[in-house]
Amino acid sequence: MKILVEEVKKELETRMPDVKLRLIRDSLLIEDPQDLPQVVLFLKENPKFLLDHLSSVIGADYLDYLESIYHLYSMAKKQGPVVLRVRVTKSSATVPAPINGHKAEPGTAQNVFDERKVKAGKIPSLASIYRSAELQEREAFDTLGILYKGHPDLRRLFMWEEFQGHPLRKDYEQEDTEVLETADIAWLEARGVKVPEAMKEKAKALHAAGQRAVAQKPEKPRAG
Amino acid sequence: MLEINFGPQHPSTHGVFRMTVQLEGEKICGLKPVFGYLHRNHEQIAENLPYAAIMPYTDRLDYVNALANNFGYALTVEKLAGLEVPERAEYIRVIMAELSRVVNHVTVIGFMLNDLGAFFTPLLYAFRERERILDLFEAVTGSRLMNNYFCFGGVKRDLTNADLAAIRKIVSRFPAFLEEFEALLTKNEILCMRCQNIGVLSGKAATNAGITGPVLRASGVNYDIRKVDGYGVYGRFDFKVPLGQKGDVYDRFYVRVLEIRESLKILDQALTQIPQGEIMNKRSPSILKIPRNFKPPVGEAYGRVESPKGELGFYVVSDGTPQPWRYHVRAPSLINLTVLEEMCLGQKIADAIIILGSIDIVLGETDR
Amino acid sequence: MTLFGWGVLKGMGVTLKNFLTSYFRKPDEGGIFTVQYPEEREKPVENYRNFPFLVYDGTPEKIRCVACGICERECPPKCIHIEMELDAAGKPARKPAVFDIDHGLCMNCGMCEEVCPFDSIFMDHAFEVTAPERQKNLVRHKKELSKSNEYFKKIRPALASAVDQKRKAAEEKKKAAVPPPPPQSAGGQAQTTAQGPQ
Repeated sequence: MKILVEEVKKELETRMPDVKLRLIRDSLLIEDPQDLPQVVLFLKENPKFLLDHLSSVIGADYLDYLESIYHLYSMAKKQGPVVLRVRVTKSSATVPAPINGHKAEPGTAQNVFDERKVKAGKIPSLASIYRSAELQEREAFDTLGILYKGHPDLRRLFMWEEFQGHPLRKDYEQEDTEVLETADIAWLEARGVKVPEAMKEKAKALHAAGQRAVAQKPEKPRAG
Repeated sequence: MLEINFGPQHPSTHGVFRMTVQLEGEKICGLKPVFGYLHRNHEQIAENLPYAAIMPYTDRLDYVNALANNFGYALTVEKLAGLEVPERAEYIRVIMAELSRVVNHVTVIGFMLNDLGAFFTPLLYAFRERERILDLFEAVTGSRLMNNYFCFGGVKRDLTNADLAAIRKIVSRFPAFLEEFEALLTKNEILCMRCQNIGVLSGKAATNAGITGPVLRASGVNYDIRKVDGYGVYGRFDFKVPLGQKGDVYDRFYVRVLEIRESLKILDQALTQIPQGEIMNKRSPSILKIPRNFKPPVGEAYGRVESPKGELGFYVVSDGTPQPWRYHVRAPSLINLTVLEEMCLGQKIADAIIILGSIDIVLGETDR
Repeated sequence: MTLFGWGVLKGMGVTLKNFLTSYFRKPDEGGIFTVQYPEEREKPVENYRNFPFLVYDGTPEKIRCVACGICERECPPKCIHIEMELDAAGKPARKPAVFDIDHGLCMNCGMCEEVCPFDSIFMDHAFEVTAPERQKNLVRHKKELSKSNEYFKKIRPALASAVDQKRKAAEEKKKAAVPPPPPQSAGGQAQTTAQGPQ
């Protein structure tokens, strides 16, 4: 059974007048991300909606801002989706360690960072209200760099711990896997691997210029 | 306390799945799953391809039953572009989806018993039946596993009378096989002692953690997307939703056996009711012939189907160009693993394998 | 009260029955259904799709492909590489000089067959492809990919005859659309030759 989004908006506006909402097609945009937990808690416990199933948490990149989209369903009352959106501005401050500068000691996890120390717009995590958000928020962080405040274990899901960058962002430049950077060379040498001198020189040059080893894109796309 | 790796190379982890387990003797006191060994960046590949070209890639998500993935993706794009599906195509879709469900459940039960130690006997009995269904898929869609059969607005090839006769033969034979399977397994003492009261999951915890599919229904929650959303023509069929009581491994196994019976009922009804007619929407041939001209209107759609593993959802955002702006797959195998640690704490290490087998994951979907 | 272990014994009864009947029953009914490959082979079904091939009518020079590049663009993993042949004057002759398909990338999806507007690329049944080395035979060139229309009819009779009928109908329509040549006033011989192709 479908839930009309206008009904949800009206109900929320009467109960929580200071939460600003906007209707975008069939979904509700919550203007201030910090209001998200109270809206969601209300929708979960109100007997009219009883939305107890968080079906998915999806991140998306819209060039100026990052968006986090939630689809809520009700298992108890078998009701249709309520789609909520939250936006946060993009910030490159989600990369925890500076480029070309992290220490490489074997045995330590280098990129387990404390998100409280990172200055960037954060979305409150829903992991304490719905457990299904745990892994999905980790995936949104890994692929898009959306930070969730209050998540019990915010670390990368698919990529390995030392990976830098967020692949699904539209401005992500792919690394050139043939060229090493100083951080990679330090990691390898700490484990006793011999690196040829030519690669070391190239890495030093890149480090001095403050650049990353990015793959060269072909000049024109392949045959349209 | 010993910390060991249920490493990515393991015969029973259903793919390259890794768990780091902390043990005290044989009891598990901590378990953390590690993902990403089969991450193929499916979502970013799809952002650079026209909509019709993504269909072969969706086969490779849940590679055990490719037709459910095709179904979900076709449903989502049809919602986005407003395409209607003719009736015969809807019936063909239901038939294929239910055959796929039967294949998947029978495979899962076989592999779970393999993990238990019944070395290959139930699995190969199940595979005898599965081979017949896969031969049918080869005759109709062109390929046994990576079917690539659905298109936006219908299906790509029609079912001939010979194919329908083959499906009727499969469906009529299956109950006899199920009787034999149940005689072999259901009251088996070893199975009962090893599976009952292991890995108990309560209904409330399951709902909160977003668990869907047979795992949820074994814990007693009645939620089947075929009944709730009624997508396709599922509203016309009469079938029950089997529920379990305790939510342990045995219940999950038995719910799957009962679901196979319900699928056979649906197949019976679909085969008698299937009408003659078109198999594709009027726009579909042009979408297939020139994929780059298909530009759905600006907007988004979230379509979900009841895949045999849970709720498989596709989220597609279109910006008016032939390629999607954002494409995301809500994979049931990944979300169902949220509760793995909770279910395994306090159990022995040998039980962790069975609990993992009963959740029914496939790594193509978990890691995309 | 049932004996403890009765379930296991019943299960063993099932396996024993299966074992004994496998000697007597037919493969379809519970007997041994293993096909002893390579001595016995199953006939592949018509619709089975494995790897693409190019169709020629008669001789390999009369290849149907015109090197339009549509399959190259639509191929999802981009495994096709085409170069158009240039004739003596440097203008494109509508034939491919180079047509490479990489076996390692091709995922047998069949999109090239679906999008080709000239009925020239179809999915083959050949799956017994081996090579002595890793680098050999992984990229298939035009010579290995071109197969005759008779071969096409042999492996996929229904589709091949449908395609043949369609091409014949299109050709006849083209001939009927060409206006008949004006009647020659001088000599009957010119008239006969003028009316030849009709």
